[in-house]
Amino acid sequence: MIAPAPRKRSELATLELRALYAQYGYREFRMNKFEEYDFYAEYRSFLQAEDVLTFHDPSGKLLALKPDITLSIVKSIKKDAHLPARLCYSETVYRTDGNAASFREIPQVGLEFIGNIDLYAAAEVLSLAIDSLRAFSPRFIMDVSHVGLAAGLLAETKLSAGKQAQLSACIRAKNAHELRALCEENGVDGALTEKLASLSSLYGTSEQVLSQAAALDVNGATHAALSELHALCSTLKEAGLPEVNIDLSLLNDLSYYNGIIFQGFLPGIHAPVISGGRYDSLLRKMHKQGGAIGFAVNVGLLDSLDTPKEKAEEPLSLSYADDGGAAAALKTARALAAEGKRILVEKSPSGQKG
Amino acid sequence: MQDWISVALPKGRLGEKAYDLFERIGYGCPSIREDNRKLIFENEEARVRYFWAKPSDVSIYVERGAADVGVAGKDILLEYAPDVYELNDLKMGRCRMMVAGQPGALEETGRTLRVATKFPRIAAKHFAAQSREIEIIKLNGSIEIAPLLGLSDVIVDIVETGTTLKENGLIPLEEVVPISARFIANRVSYKFKNERMREMQERIGALIAEKQ
Repeated sequence: MIAPAPRKRSELATLELRALYAQYGYREFRMNKFEEYDFYAEYRSFLQAEDVLTFHDPSGKLLALKPDITLSIVKSIKKDAHLPARLCYSETVYRTDGNAASFREIPQVGLEFIGNIDLYAAAEVLSLAIDSLRAFSPRFIMDVSHVGLAAGLLAETKLSAGKQAQLSACIRAKNAHELRALCEENGVDGALTEKLASLSSLYGTSEQVLSQAAALDVNGATHAALSELHALCSTLKEAGLPEVNIDLSLLNDLSYYNGIIFQGFLPGIHAPVISGGRYDSLLRKMHKQGGAIGFAVNVGLLDSLDTPKEKAEEPLSLSYADDGGAAAALKTARALAAEGKRILVEKSPSGQKG
Repeated sequence: MQDWISVALPKGRLGEKAYDLFERIGYGCPSIREDNRKLIFENEEARVRYFWAKPSDVSIYVERGAADVGVAGKDILLEYAPDVYELNDLKMGRCRMMVAGQPGALEETGRTLRVATKFPRIAAKHFAAQSREIEIIKLNGSIEIAPLLGLSDVIVDIVETGTTLKENGLIPLEEVVPISARFIANRVSYKFKNERMREMQERIGALIAEKQ
């Protein structure tokens, strides 16, 4: 029996989550710390942050410390691999943090489900995301959305990609006043403007939101998005999972995700602890079969959670006088350590003089 | 028990006007009017808490969740691009972000335009849209003096009445963007305290609509 040293919240979380994912058959995927820079240059539009930390290897090749895990995992899937592949990881990524001009190490735990993504697959991944949050706090919020809804509505505006990006930024910021002004400026009709505005404001339990969101169904894309959201939410509910929220202003990067997306929050942590979604377009770009859905847990954020600090047991203090006492001190120390005690052996002050 | 809402207000006239608005819609906190050395003011009954911050810091408090909501100028939001919700245009503290300089300062297109400003991001974006090459000189105050001393060709700054410009022989040359105060909210607080925050947002919206 060994007395446990107090662990950081993020370390405990990593162990807990890996055990959880293993239960559902997710294999651990361990990867190299870095990739060739060219790899990220090619898939730049799939990176959340543009900055990549680079360095040269001895032969002069440009390498990069991983800014993202999913790209490497998808790359590793062989053409003839048995699908679906369930993979999980616990790795460190290197990114710049918002406005800060320096790189940070961000510990991430996550999983990817790669293959044919049906309703079950999406529901399993989302249920694991919910269980991950629940492992940290009984109070949590899981927000779900579908990028197809906003994409379908934005396509109806017939505006340029640049203008659509401005409108998405307004939706993402729940900024209905500027959204309306932009629409008016660009001649978007009133009814469509109000539909876009309601993307920014609709928020609540799936039951509340989905009934109101029915009015946003204008074309094939929006119809598919809404029925997928509907099916997913009712599947989770029937399977006995806690209620998720629908946040239609949740857009993220439209070029990365192409279906269901979700974010998980814990009280007291100012950024999403979990982000994930469906990203079939990355597989297509890499010429791989099937689709994919996954998420990452930013476990580093958990260290800021207010948990009562487990007070470490004070170590037993041992001392020895001089070299003659070394063997006896070490023997006692080992005996105590074998009993599971923590010890700290120091030279006694009187011994220093002698 | 209702959740507490913390409000970050910008120090100065705009913050005081914004507080008046919160008071009118039922989130008063009388102790804030007393001139004392306290930093944080609470109204136990309305479960609302106010504190004053430097105007450019309000969005940081809100982004990091130290305040649930706050009032910040659009200039600050454009310059620092904090990841927050921008829920209402309060339509107060109105002014314009302008390019200003001596008459004709923009017409010399043959060389790099030197721009002095407190808002490098806004200035860079404005001139990038015109494909004009500029050099940004970041200053922290008294921007108007830069063209007079030959430090820059033009300035990008907030113009309320234009009096300071006129007194220094400068004129507004181009409008960059109109500015007003916005009601902003922390993304995570908005979810956990949704009912209260939405109530606040709706009352603000109603009051502004009524004023118009």
